[in-house]
Amino acid sequence: MAISHDAHTVKQFDVLLANLRNLVLEMGGLVEDQIKNAIQALDNEDVAAAREVIARDQIINGMQVKVDEDSVSLIALRQPLGSDLRLIMSLSKIVTDLERIGDEAEKIARMTVKTYDGVSSSPSAKLLRDVHPMSKLAANMLHGCLDALARLDVEKAVEVAKGDDELDQEFQSALRRLMTYMMEDQRTIGHAINVLFIIKALERIGDHSKNIAEYIIYLVKGKDVRHVKMDVLVQDALEEE
Amino acid sequence: MSTTIIEAKANLDNALNAEGRQIPLSSVQITDYDHRQTVGKITVDNPKMICRDVNVYYTGKQALKHVSIDIGANEVIAFIGPSGCGKSTFLRCLNRMNDTIPFCQVIGEIKLDQDDIYDKSIDVVQLRARVGMVFQKPNPFPKSIYENVAYGPRIHGMVDGKAEMDELVRASLERAGLLKEVENRLSEPGTSLSGGQQQRLCIARAIAVNPEVILMDEPCSALDPIATAKIEELIDELRENYTIVIVTHSMQQAARVSQRTAYFHLGDLIEIGETDQIFTNPKHKLTEDYITGRFG
Repeated sequence: MAISHDAHTVKQFDVLLANLRNLVLEMGGLVEDQIKNAIQALDNEDVAAAREVIARDQIINGMQVKVDEDSVSLIALRQPLGSDLRLIMSLSKIVTDLERIGDEAEKIARMTVKTYDGVSSSPSAKLLRDVHPMSKLAANMLHGCLDALARLDVEKAVEVAKGDDELDQEFQSALRRLMTYMMEDQRTIGHAINVLFIIKALERIGDHSKNIAEYIIYLVKGKDVRHVKMDVLVQDALEEE
Repeated sequence: MSTTIIEAKANLDNALNAEGRQIPLSSVQITDYDHRQTVGKITVDNPKMICRDVNVYYTGKQALKHVSIDIGANEVIAFIGPSGCGKSTFLRCLNRMNDTIPFCQVIGEIKLDQDDIYDKSIDVVQLRARVGMVFQKPNPFPKSIYENVAYGPRIHGMVDGKAEMDELVRASLERAGLLKEVENRLSEPGTSLSGGQQQRLCIARAIAVNPEVILMDEPCSALDPIATAKIEELIDELRENYTIVIVTHSMQQAARVSQRTAYFHLGDLIEIGETDQIFTNPKHKLTEDYITGRFG
């Protein structure tokens, strides 16, 4: 049984559930901004903007705590069952991954500070060439997740989960290229390692987004698709009951 | 000139005796309504009771529609659903409690092990010893605690002598988790106990005749949370030796005590499944709407 869209007899319960979901979506929006701003700060070599990203991570941490507090009190006071229980459990897990995505954005910002703050030489453009395509893929995955959550859209969630492979492959090729540069010219090693941390952060954003997509499939379909092969995930998510 | 209740009862008893279980119903028009297909697996590997296509009519009005379900040996199965959904009616079919209700007609097959419990050869008193019942309100007999438990074994001639009876009464009270609280006051009236203790006394009374199945009709709805917890703990322990069918309005209770849950709605058995599946991922929209509190 998919999610019921009918109202609860106790209307206050509907309000509380809607508030919780909106809070998670709002947090998702902030995390998206964090990624965007972190990449922009890197592009512009803007250390001040990067520091702002680092500072704003606290807001996201606070929202995670708030969502978890609200979830616990909803469980204690309303004894949710069925899709309501799945919604609360999924939201509580989704915010954990959102918070970690926030941490990855913060890591990118830290690398920007490390790379450009009072350092005489900047990394060459070729070292950074993979950052853009990867950040686009990662941001798209996160956006897709939030979209799927807002509309309880399993097809969208499946699309996000499938997208993780592409990002992983991009990461592998980027890693190979960075190694080649480092072998060619040892003076690039310092910058290359910073870039490596950045692309690793982007790759992790993809993993967390895939987790979120899996929670959305659980929320809508009641099927746990973590740690299963992609074809099983697709089948479980899309099969009609 | 109206008849007294006693006369009416005598007339009814005569009718029952004359016709077997059949109350003369020939004049009553039976109407069958559309019914819904049950979602989920109705069968189990080791059934204690097998119910097939059970219909119940009250003066021709269909209260239960084509219910088919197995009740597994040594399982706790919970029946849930809104008021008037037929869950208590169905429970009462399982030991023929509906026989005493005038113009109630049960059609279909209910087997306890191999025996069709509605067969003419079945002794209803014996049947109710095999399928015991605990009611919503604790209803101890107006007798001593001891006599409440001893009554069943005595009328069924289950024991020889006082010593054996003492032993059986103590064992039953022990299994119902009540012995420690009452062993020094066995001669006091059963009604002197607290509500929770009275309910456990009723459970002791039910298990004293060594039943195979125990039916419980909202056994905790008149009890406080601590007494409720004790009964629930008891249900879990009793499962080792008995099969338990429980009707409850508390979904949390159904979730806590049962292994399988059946959801009834307007006389239909809508869905049956493992309890955790029913409460986390029900398949039928009506089940989902009921457990999440969406009936408007």
